[in-house]
Amino acid sequence: MCIMVARSRLPSKFDGESPSVGRCNREEPMPKLTIDGKEIEVAPGSTVLQACEEAGAEIPRFCYHERLSIAGNCRMCLVEMERSPKPIASCAMPAGDGMVIHTNTPQVKKAREGVLEFLLINHPLDCPICDQGGECDLQDETMAYGRGKNRFDENKRAVTEKNMGPLVKTIMTRCIHCTRCIRFSEEVAGTTELGAIYRGENMQITTFLEQAMESELQGNVIDLCPVGALTSKPYAFNARPWELAKTESIDVMDAVGSNIRIDTRGRQVMRILPRNHDDVNEEWISDKTRFAYDGLLKSRLDRPYVKKDGTLVEASWVEAFAAINTGLAGLDGTQIAGLVGDLNELEGMYAFRELLKGLGATRIEARQSGAAYDVSNRASYLFNSGIAGIEEADFCLLVGTNPRHEATIVNARILKSTRHRGLKVSNIGPAHDLTYPVEQAGDDAAILADILAGKHSLADRLQAAKRPMIIVGEGALARQDGAHILKAVHDIAETFGLITEDWNGFNVLPTAASRVGALDLGLVAPGGVRGILDDAKAGTVKAAFLLGVDEIDSSALQDCFTVYIGSHGDHGVRHADVVLPAAAYTEKSGLYINMEGRVQMGERANFPPGDAREDWTIFRALSDVLGKTLPFDSFDALRAALYKELPHLMDIDSLPKAAWGDFGEPGDIARGPIALPIHDFYQTNPIARASDTMAECSALKRSKGEATGTHG
Amino acid sequence: MLEVTKSGGPFRFSDENQDEVKAIIAKYPEGRQRSAVMPLLYLAQRQNEGWVSREAIEHIAELLSVPKIQVIEVATFYTMYNLKPIGRHHVQLCGTTPCWLRGSDEVMRACTDMGLEKGKSTEDGLFHLTEVECLGACCNAPMVQINDDFYEDLTYESTKAILEALKRGETPKPGPQKDRQFSAPEGGPTVLRDMMSADAAKE
Ligand code: SF4
Ligand code: FES
Ligand code: FES
Repeated sequence: MCIMVARSRLPSKFDGESPSVGRCNREEPMPKLTIDGKEIEVAPGSTVLQACEEAGAEIPRFCYHERLSIAGNCRMCLVEMERSPKPIASCAMPAGDGMVIHTNTPQVKKAREGVLEFLLINHPLDCPICDQGGECDLQDETMAYGRGKNRFDENKRAVTEKNMGPLVKTIMTRCIHCTRCIRFSEEVAGTTELGAIYRGENMQITTFLEQAMESELQGNVIDLCPVGALTSKPYAFNARPWELAKTESIDVMDAVGSNIRIDTRGRQVMRILPRNHDDVNEEWISDKTRFAYDGLLKSRLDRPYVKKDGTLVEASWVEAFAAINTGLAGLDGTQIAGLVGDLNELEGMYAFRELLKGLGATRIEARQSGAAYDVSNRASYLFNSGIAGIEEADFCLLVGTNPRHEATIVNARILKSTRHRGLKVSNIGPAHDLTYPVEQAGDDAAILADILAGKHSLADRLQAAKRPMIIVGEGALARQDGAHILKAVHDIAETFGLITEDWNGFNVLPTAASRVGALDLGLVAPGGVRGILDDAKAGTVKAAFLLGVDEIDSSALQDCFTVYIGSHGDHGVRHADVVLPAAAYTEKSGLYINMEGRVQMGERANFPPGDAREDWTIFRALSDVLGKTLPFDSFDALRAALYKELPHLMDIDSLPKAAWGDFGEPGDIARGPIALPIHDFYQTNPIARASDTMAECSALKRSKGEATGTHG
Repeated sequence: MLEVTKSGGPFRFSDENQDEVKAIIAKYPEGRQRSAVMPLLYLAQRQNEGWVSREAIEHIAELLSVPKIQVIEVATFYTMYNLKPIGRHHVQLCGTTPCWLRGSDEVMRACTDMGLEKGKSTEDGLFHLTEVECLGACCNAPMVQINDDFYEDLTYESTKAILEALKRGETPKPGPQKDRQFSAPEGGPTVLRDMMSADAAKE
C-alpha cells in the first residue's frame, strides 16, 4: 500500500497537459497540510486527495483514478478547506502548504449526500439485474455516504445501449459520466476510441458511430467503470461476485506474466481479472488474458488416447502408458527428442526434462518459435531493463517486434513513457500501428549492421540518448541468421552505451510464458526445433514427446512415434500416437518466469476435467512404467529438487540483474525484411484458439482489415 | 442513437475554401492544430448547405490527425452544427421569455401554418425550423434568424409574408419588420427631438 501511494504521486500518472497538478520537482519544498487535525507532509505535486489518503482519511470518489489524468467531474471527493467559501474537489486540488482540510464535518457529509442524490437522479435502481452488483462503487458509496432516501419523483433519463464490440457490454442508462473509460482509451490504450457525445444530461459514452473497439486492452474499461455501465459481455449474467472463489495466479498468454485473479465457481473458471503489480502489469491485462478463459472448456483432452489402426481411440492411463512403453521399445536416447510448448510452468518442464533425460534423450527443445536464443548467458534472453524500466528510457529501438501483439502490457508501458517521459521510439521491422508515434526505419535486418558500422542515423540517435534501449523480438531472432542478429544487437548495445553500471538497455521480447523458464532449464538442442523436425522426417528421430507443443508443423512427425501431453486437442495431437491429457494453467500451481526474469508463482484455481492430470504427476507415473522412476513423490519434493538446481527460483518476484557477457554468433546479416511472429493476436495458443470469444474478436479484426485494406 | 448522415460522396473542401482552411490551421501554434476543429466544422457546414456530413467529420479528423470520435464529440456538443441535411432556409425561432412575451407563439403559428414543423425540414427541402434560445435581439422581439439574417418585430402576418417571399425565391429585407430603424423607437426618435430639429433647421 505504501509503495502504491508513493508511486501514485509521480507526475507520470497525470496527463502531461493537466494544469491542475504541479510538476514534481525535487527541489520544491514538501507542502505541509493539516488534515482532520493531523499535520502531514506530502511530496510536491500531490493532490489534496492523496494527502488525505496518506493521513488515513478515506475519500470517496468516482472519476478519480490513480493511473489516469484528473477529470474532477463527479464531485464525490468534496472536502472542506478552511478559508474556502465552498467545499473543494480534493482530487483536482494541488496540495498547498498550510492548507487546513476537514473530511469529517457536517458540511462534507452534506456535500457527499448531495452529490450522491444527484447521481442517483438518473441512475436506474436496477442493482438486482446488474452485473456490477456486489462490486459497484456507486452501490458501496451510496451505502456508506448516501442519505438512504430518494426525493426525486420525476422520470429518469434513459440512454440507448451502445455497441462496443464482442467484449464490452453496455447499459448506458447506468453511466454516471465519470469519463474514466474515455481517459483510459486515450491515455493507456492509446487508441482513443471512446468519447462522449452530446452534453449535459444528454451526454452519452460511445465509440465512433458505435464501431467495435479495436484496442487489445479494452476489457480494462470494465474494471474501471465505477458502475455497471460497462460490463463483461462474455460474463454477462453468469455469476455474482460473492459466489466466486478467488485465486491469485499468473497469466500465460504472453511472456509478461501479468498478475491475475482467477474467479471460479465449482470447477469452472467464470472470469479472469487483473491484480495490481506496479512493476509488471500495473492494473491492466490484455483482452486475451481476460477473455480467453472460455477456451478452457472447449476441445479439452479429458482422457488419454492411443492410436489404433490410424485413429485415436479413448484409452485408460494404463493402456496409454503401456503404448508408450511399446513405442519406445528398442529406441536409444539419441532417437528420442522432446519439445516444450509455450504455456508451461517450470515444475512440469523440469519433470519432463528429467523423464527424458532418464530415457537417455539429449535433445530437448523449447524454442518453439525458432528464435536463436543463446542459453550461455542469461542476459541474452531477458528483458533486462525491466518493464517498469521502460519509463526510465529516453530512446527505444524496436527490432522485429510488434509489442502491441506480442506483449500488450509492455506496449502500454511504452505508450505511457512516450506520453509522460518523452520517450522516442524507432522501429526496424514491418510498420504497425503501435498506438504511439514511431519513427519507421525500414524493415531490413541489415540496418543493424549499418548501425554498428556507424553508417545509419539510428547510430546517432542511440549515441545521443541518455538511457537508450533496444527491444529485439522473436521475429528477428527466428530468422536463419537469428544468432547473427543477436550478436549484432549485443554489439550495438555495447558500442552505444546501452550497458552501464545501473542500466541495461538490451531487451529481448519472448512471446511465450514458458520461454524464459525453459531457457533457464537449458531446454535447447543444437539445430533447434527445425533440426529435430528435419531429423524426424529423415527418420533419425524415432520418438518425440510434445509437451503442449502446438505451434509447429506437426506433419513432420507423421512417421515418428509421437506422444502429446497437453490440455487441448490442437495442432499438436494431429499426428500423435499417444495423447495424455494434462491440466491447463488455471488447473495447476506452478512457477513462471516472465520476460524480465522475474519468478512468479501461480496457484491452482480449479481442477482439470475428466482424467486429465497435472503435468508433473503424469511424468512421475510414466517414469515408473518406463522403469526410470523420477526421484520425487510429491510436488514439494519436486520443487525442492528444482530449487536445488536453480536457486534463483526461490527469489520470488524480484527483478534479477543478469550479468552481462558475450553471446550470439558473429556473422553476416542477410538483407531482407523481418517477419513478425504473431499474425493474429487473438489466436496464439491452444486455449485462445478454443475460445469462442477470441474467435469472434479475430474474425472481427479480419473483417475490418479487409474492409480498410490494411492488416495487423 | 447518434445519427450522422452520410452525404454519399467523399468530402473535400472546395477550391475557394482551401486557402481558408490553411489560414484557419495556421492560427494555432505548432502542435495545437487540433484546435482548428471547430472553425473547420463550421466551414464544412457552410460549404455543405448548412450541415456537416459524416464524410466531412472523417475528413476533418484526418486533416488534423484527431481521432474521429473526438471530432464527433465536438460536433454533437454544439447544437449549431447540423448533422443531417437541413432545408435551404434554416429558420431559427427564438422562444425565450422576452420573445415569448412579445408574441413568439404567433410567429410559431405562422410557421406551422406555412407547413414548417419544429425540428423538421419541409418536404420540398426549402425550410427547416428549430426553436432556439435568446439570439440577443430581444429589444426587437419577437424574432427569427433565417440563415445569416435576423428578422425582427415579427407578427403573424409579417412572418408569413417573409416565408412566402422566400418560397417565391425572393430575398425579403432583413431587420425590423416594422417602421423603425434598427432598434430605434417605433415611428421615429422620441428623445433629443429638439436637437434633431435644430440640426435640421441649420441645414
Ligand atoms: S461508462 Fe462507466 S467509466 Fe465510462 S463514463 Fe460512464 S460510468 Fe464512467
Ligand atoms: S473524484 Fe474528485 S471530482 Fe471525481
Ligand atoms: S429573447 Fe428572443 S432574442 Fe432574446
